[in-house]
Order: sequence, then structure tokens, then C-alpha cells
Amino acid sequence: MIGLPALYTFTGLIFAAYAILSIARRRIGNAAFWGLIAASFLGGDRFGDFGNGLLVLALVALAGTGALRKPDVGDEADDGARYGNRLFLPALIIPVTALGGTFLLPGSGLIDPKQITLVSLGLGVILALVALYAWLRPPPLSALEEGRRLIDAVGWAAVLPQMLASLGAVFAVAGVGDLVGGMATTVIPHDSLFAAVLAYTLGMVLFTMIMGNAFAAFPVMTAAIGLPLLVHGFGGNPAIVCAIGMLAGFSGTLMTPMAANFNIVPAALLELKDRNAVVKAQVGTALPLLVCNIALIYWLGFR
Amino acid sequence: MTNYLPLTGILIVVVGFLLRLNPLAVVTAAALATGLAAGKGLVEVIGVLGKAFNDSRYVSIIWIALPVIGLLERYGLQQQARRMITRFRRATTGRLLIGYMAFRQLSAALGLTSIAGHAQTVRPLVAPMAEAAAERDAELDEDMRERVKAMAAATDNVGLFFGEDIFIAIGSILLIVGFLDQNGIHVAPLHLSIWAIPSAICAFLIHSARLLWLDRKLKK
Repeated sequence: MIGLPALYTFTGLIFAAYAILSIARRRIGNAAFWGLIAASFLGGDRFGDFGNGLLVLALVALAGTGALRKPDVGDEADDGARYGNRLFLPALIIPVTALGGTFLLPGSGLIDPKQITLVSLGLGVILALVALYAWLRPPPLSALEEGRRLIDAVGWAAVLPQMLASLGAVFAVAGVGDLVGGMATTVIPHDSLFAAVLAYTLGMVLFTMIMGNAFAAFPVMTAAIGLPLLVHGFGGNPAIVCAIGMLAGFSGTLMTPMAANFNIVPAALLELKDRNAVVKAQVGTALPLLVCNIALIYWLGFR
Repeated sequence: MTNYLPLTGILIVVVGFLLRLNPLAVVTAAALATGLAAGKGLVEVIGVLGKAFNDSRYVSIIWIALPVIGLLERYGLQQQARRMITRFRRATTGRLLIGYMAFRQLSAALGLTSIAGHAQTVRPLVAPMAEAAAERDAELDEDMRERVKAMAAATDNVGLFFGEDIFIAIGSILLIVGFLDQNGIHVAPLHLSIWAIPSAICAFLIHSARLLWLDRKLKK
């Protein structure tokens, strides 16, 4: 069965290629950084917890000391005119494979059903590369060379989402959620429905902004405020309170750099000068939408 | 007496981001401080961090798409995307992004969250098209160019976040079902996803209004 282990090997080999190509260009800091990530994908399960922890510290040391360099400029792309709109076809292979995989692969028995999405992504990448090499006949290493150029543009932001997921795990071990939930319980008002709705939704937003993830905030805030106060206290409909409460948290996701894969990574991918530019572009949508969600819980949830 | 020291990690994160220090270093410092404050030993905390990093590797698999995107860009995909959009006179930046948001929300509502994204569609197609549409009508200064590109990424996020919860088997819906189940309340996923629809409509209207407003600013 094809599942995460095969994908990890594939990903590790690609990062290893980025590392080797970086050595060839005498970009030693980048080579070390991508090489460590390759090692993590290829051998992470054999290093032990402490070994993986040291690997993380080494990555952070490289990023923190500015050892990673941005790609060299003057690397101009082709014009594209002579291929015309046919150039969009290979660009659609990855999305179409994701679409087809979602419908066709679950019944095949070849793929780990929990990993259909990621396996479809890997399959789409391979199909797209085969198609591109057959059609355009680029130099053999150029796909990896172009991949290296892009990953260098993304830089350390490439592992930030993974690091934040790890921070969430440490927070869980240290009981940070319970502490915040306990504090929330002591400060909220118990007599006004509107104040309670406000406390729940704003709590979701703030804790989501801190954790970078509404999934982490939801159990904490719902156990502290949502269930005891809104559902049991004021008799709210649990499905409405929870569904819209989660969406209120998504407004927080739009407003925090801690949601790195949505907010920091695209700023790096689009090579924006301000790494918080995407967050700033989203605040104007997130705040009015939060007001809507507060009103929706208040009006729909307690009939 | 409750030990509030583990909250120092949150403080480090907030201060570190405000001071614009390297986020990887900030996050690591916060993780180490939180673990130590909770009474764990240094070796143990490094182990927890390493295990969590190893267990979350799936988050970084998306980067295998870069060789495809890079190769397509080398052969001029971005330029072709620009050229195509400038042929449609009525396709302004705002309208283009509204259309993309509708596509993203509807496909996410059907559970197809990964057919688009920042690496797969925004960088190679959506952002260059939005930029080219803006350039066609007026001169773009550097700040406005950044703003248009950031708005392209923002539109992908808004469409995804406020579409995916309408799908009954998405992570957040399953999390709510599981959480309520543990607390003795049984709801069907469908009852949750139905209540995501009003918010999805609000999100579409609010963000569309902002995109049309962006069009007006671009015309000046």
C-alpha cells in the first residue's frame, strides 16, 4: 500500500537534490538547510526523539544566523508565447490528479485511504513531470534546478508550518490550553447572553491567533465557555454554537502570522517585501466577518 | 496555586513576532521556555520538540510541487497567464479574484480543498493574472503591486476557509463532532456543515465588496 512512508522518501530525495544542487553553486548554508530536511524525511524515524530535536535546533541555528541566501537574480524565464495557451494544460495536471484521485483511488486498495490527498499530490507531480519532459524536452536537471530556485525564494518559511505544529505539541504537553481555559472561565460574565457570546467568539479569535490554528483553540474555548455557559447555561443549540464558533476562530487565522502556511508562506512564495502583507490584506475581511459570525450565533443559536 | 509559568511561551511568541525576529528562532525559544517552565528537563523538552517535528512532516510535503511549478515558469507560464488575461477587457483584478474565490469556495465545499492553493495556483496563475489585469488599466507603483499580489493570496485563504466547512468530512467538522461526542452531545456532521453556509455567504459578500473597492482604487 502506498502511504506516507513512500511519500516521505520521495520528498526526502527531492530535498536531497536541492541540497546537492546548492553545493554545486557554492551555497553552503542553503545546502546544509535543505540537506537536514532531506535527512529528516529519509531517516527521521530512526533518529530518535532527541536526535530529531537536535536536527530542529540545527535548522533553527542556520536560519537564525542568516546562513540561507535568496536566489540569484538575473535568472529570466522564457516568454511563453511560442507555446501559447497549451502551457496551461500541464499546469492543470496536479489539480486534475487531485480531483481524480479523490474519487477513484479510495476503492483501489493500493493507497492508504487516510492519505489520498497527499498521495494524489505526489502522483500529480510525477505525471506532470513526465508530461513536461516528453513535450518540452528540457535539460535533464532543469526541473530540480527550478525547484531549488523556488525553495530558495521561500527560504526558512518552508519549515515554519511544521515548526508551529511542533510548538502546538509542546503547548499541549505543558497544559497551556487548560491554563488559558481556566483563565477564560474566571473572567467571563455569567449573566448576559450577549456578553457570553462575545467572550466565546473573541476567545476563539485571540487563542486562534496565538496558536495559529482554530483547531487548537476550539476544544479549549468550547470546554471553558461554549459548553458550560452558552449551551448548558443559556440553552443554545450546540451544533450552531460550535459550527459558527469554529468559523469565528477562522477570522483569527486570517489575522495572525502564526498561521504560517496560509499567511507567511504565500508572502514568501510571491516574493513580497513585507512578510506580513497577506495578514494585512486579510484584516479588512476578517473583522467585519467576525461581527457577522457573532450576530449569527446570537440570533440563530438561541431560538 | 496554579503554575502560570508555561504561559511565558505565548509571551515570547507575541514579543518575538512584534520585534520581527526570525520566526523559526522565536518559535523554538517559545517551545523550549514552555517545556522548561512546565518542569520538564532540557533533554526531555528537546525530545518532545523533535518528536512533534518528525510527526508533522506531512505538512511540508507540498514542496514537492515546486519542480513542476518552476519548470512551467521557466517556459513562460506566468507571462502566458498575463497575456491571456489582458485579452479579456472586462476581467478587472477585482472581478477575476471574485471569480477565483467563487471557484475556491465551491470546490472546497465539495471537499476538494487541495486542487488549488498558494503553490499550485496562486503563484503560477492567479497572482500574475491579477497583476496583469491591474497593469492594463493604469500604471502600478511598487506598493500597489504588492497589495494586488497579497490580495490574490488573501482571496485564496478566504475562499478555502469559508468553503471547506460546508463539506461534512473536513477536519474541523470531524473535530467538532468528536468533541461534542466526548461531552455526551451527539450531532450529525450535516447539521454542523449546514450552519457554515450563512457565514460562507457573508465571507463572499464582504471580500467581494473589498475586491471591487480595490478595482476603484486601481483605476485612480
